[in-house]
Order: sequence, then structure tokens, then C-alpha cells
Amino acid sequence: MKLLYFARLRERLGLGEESVELPPGVASVAQLRAWLASRGGEWADALQDRSVRIAVNQDMATADTPVTDADEVAFFPPVTGG
Amino acid sequence: MRVRVQTADFDISAEIAALRAGKPGIGAVASFIGVCRDINDGDSVAAMTLEHYPGMTERSIEAIIDQAIARWQVTDARVVHRVGDLRPLDQIVFVAVAAEHRGAAFAACEFIMDYLKTQAPFWKREQTPTGARWVDARTTDEAAAARWASDAPTGR
Repeated sequence: MKLLYFARLRERLGLGEESVELPPGVASVAQLRAWLASRGGEWADALQDRSVRIAVNQDMATADTPVTDADEVAFFPPVTGG
Repeated sequence: MRVRVQTADFDISAEIAALRAGKPGIGAVASFIGVCRDINDGDSVAAMTLEHYPGMTERSIEAIIDQAIARWQVTDARVVHRVGDLRPLDQIVFVAVAAEHRGAAFAACEFIMDYLKTQAPFWKREQTPTGARWVDARTTDEAAAARWASDAPTGR
């Protein structure tokens, strides 16, 4: 799975992009988020922030959206363009 | 191309001319230009950097334009949004909507801009005298986008 982090979140995590292999039992956005937060430290704080938005394959996702190793998942703060 | 995300500046005359070219049924063009201010939340802003999510940003704006075309009698629309380093007075974003009549053009232009502000993945980081900071999303922008959900569609 390809993971992307943008803006303030990328800076907090010190990482813009990574590839991961999902462990058994991680099949939804909520489970992916919890798994990444379990890395602890800044990951736990940044990913448990309720304002974080998540997109799966470039479409906005919800906690129930399914994820597989073939997906691109992006984490980012509320948008501020225009 | 209806949607472009680019570092280069844009020429609104050329954009509007391209939008209208070969479409004599157009009777109205409404446009909006967002520009870089030198002040935000009480602090002076010397410069800003805009970041986006290549691919998703363009797709999300295309989807917003599709919604506008489905809702109003709109002939065509285009959006240009800059990314990278910008300074006060610089142009940031351009939205233009062409329609047979002005009512649809005005409404769709405002709708596209309100939705872009709250849905298209762009993030601003600004340079202030106390250092660089990420701009926070505004609840007023959420409210501006939300009001379109309750407004009755108009086909003018």
C-alpha cells in the first residue's frame, strides 16, 4: 500500500510518502488509522486528531471504507486553498 | 482543459477568450479571481506557499464543475489554481463560468468557489513576522459551502 501525508501532517510525521504491507486484520480506513497510530509518539498524536481527512485512491473516505495493499491512501489536514 | 493546477501566473483575458471560443450560444460569463493578501488573522504576510495533492486536486475540481453543470444551465467552466510560492498581490485562483444567462453563471461561479475552498486538496503555509505557519481552515468557508445544500436549484 502507498501512503501519502500532506501539509502540517507531513511536517509533524517527518514523512511525505511510504510503502507498507498491511498486517492481517487491517482492512478498513479506521483499522489502518489505528494501526499507524500504534507506532506511538507523533504518530499516535497526529493520527488521532479528529480533523485529519483521509482519501482512498484519491476519493474522500470514511472510517468504514475498505482498504487493500493495492490502494493509495492519503492523510491530510482540512483544506485551505482558494 | 477545464482544470489546471500550475505554478505559473495566468492571463484572465486569455482564459475567458478560450472558454467562449466557438460557442455563440453563450450570453454571460461570470468570473472570480482570488488573490494573495498581505495580512491574515491580524499578522502581516510576506509570502505564502501552496501545496496540493497532484491527481486528486484536479479530479476533485472536475467533480465540482460537473455538479455545477448538473445543477444550473451552464455551458462550460474553467478553473486555474496556482501552487508553489506566492506573494501579496499575486493571483491565486481563477474560476469562470459561461452560460446562456447571467443567473446560472453567477450562481455556478460562487458554488464552484465555495466547494473548491472546502473540498479541493490545497494547503496554504504563510510567512509572518513570527515565522511560518500553516493556515487553519475557516468555519465561515464550511458555512458558505453548506448553504448550497439547502438552496433550491435555479435553472435561470
